[in-house]
Amino acid sequence: MKLSYYPGCSLEGTALDYDRSVRAVCKRLGIELVDIPDWNCCGASSAHMTDHETGMRLPIRNLLLAAEAGHDILVPCAACYQRLKAADKALRADPGFWDVGRYATDLQIIHISSFLARPEMLAAIEAKVAKNLKGLPIACYYGCLSLRNPRITDAPSWEMPTTLEGIVATLGAKAVSWSHRTECCSGSLTMARPDIAEKLVGDIVRAAKRAGARAMVTDCPMCQANVESRQTTPAGAGDMPVFFATELIEAAMSGTYPAKQQRAHLVSPVIFAGIFNEATMKKEDSA
Amino acid sequence: MDNTCISPDERNEKFLSKLKARNIDVHACYQCGRCSSGCPVGDFFDFNVMEVVRLAAYGQEEKLLHSHTIWLCAACETCATRCPNEIEIAGLMDVLRELALRRGIPPAEPRIPLFHQSFLGSIRSFGRAWEIGMIGNYKLRSGDLAGDMKLGLRMFMKGKLNLLPHSIKGKSEIREIFSGKGKEYDR
Repeated sequence: MKLSYYPGCSLEGTALDYDRSVRAVCKRLGIELVDIPDWNCCGASSAHMTDHETGMRLPIRNLLLAAEAGHDILVPCAACYQRLKAADKALRADPGFWDVGRYATDLQIIHISSFLARPEMLAAIEAKVAKNLKGLPIACYYGCLSLRNPRITDAPSWEMPTTLEGIVATLGAKAVSWSHRTECCSGSLTMARPDIAEKLVGDIVRAAKRAGARAMVTDCPMCQANVESRQTTPAGAGDMPVFFATELIEAAMSGTYPAKQQRAHLVSPVIFAGIFNEATMKKEDSA
Repeated sequence: MDNTCISPDERNEKFLSKLKARNIDVHACYQCGRCSSGCPVGDFFDFNVMEVVRLAAYGQEEKLLHSHTIWLCAACETCATRCPNEIEIAGLMDVLRELALRRGIPPAEPRIPLFHQSFLGSIRSFGRAWEIGMIGNYKLRSGDLAGDMKLGLRMFMKGKLNLLPHSIKGKSEIREIFSGKGKEYDR
């Protein structure tokens, strides 16, 4: 299978390790990713929040570049996904308004976890799991933008999604039942109003802990950075690590969790100590 | 919300027609309150989400453009998702923010539009976001020099902040977008 790949800016910076794990997992599953040539930033929340025209035209340029390649587009970032979907809807409705002569409408925009949670993908992952996650209790955290609003995202289940739970179960971990799976962490405000982000993140992490989770898993790079960085427990005691879904898949399929990957976290992922023993981690790291 | 009387004589018809053009049907609101009760940032708002929709339906643009609410809205789309009448409330917030900026109204939360402008500035220059440049620009403009320095340093040490921007080839297309392509026909 061949897909166009839109990494987005976060995956070149703060979520560089997310990009690594997406590419590694796809390689293991025999999925060829072709980067959209010369892609640009989708504008994220900032563009559409302050300038409608710019907020549409930035993702439209990417869609037109992808249309030339002709493959469906795989998108790991929730914000990019929502923006590309919004632009896609606008183009389908009225390409002329956006100065586009003809727009091929058979192109699908696919968010990573709905892709990896397809039954055939889960089966392929399960067949290749080298290290079972031993019932580790995990809170699946979706955040906002891969789901809302469904008139843009076409998410089949936006209040009670199950894609991450499906992935986590396939890896042998235990998805806990909890309250804040689709609550906003206020990623778009985190720099200007860290006080608000700390409150929202605090609520989310407390809810995950109440449900017995020892880690969280997400598919949104803003959620991952924001929830790890805005926890305010004294001296980091009892902070909750937030993993990317593909990071867990790669760890389970490879049977290793390299030190390089551990260091990518702001909250130390020590909970893996009982699953991936130190020897395995070191071996991989020196390789 | 204050108790000042709202008169239909002060209704801004241009604002209402702008909403109509964007398919934001504020008149469909029957004030059920699902938008306000689900809003994650609502505790920090001066007008709650339902009040924003009703004031918009009354054409009370001025009150809204000066509010904290329009800037504190995180664009999470919970309101628009749960509205039983499918009112594009998050889109309404977008329209209000853009109008406030175009009219040069001093934002009630000045740091938030400064963040957006710093972020967009790096895209305008390079075609992709460049975090260090964006953060530096935001800090200089907002005066928030000390905030998050430790966090920034930790991210940098983890190799998560690139020293140099990645510049795309099609920068002229990006500049064209930022110079207002498509807006020629705005009234």
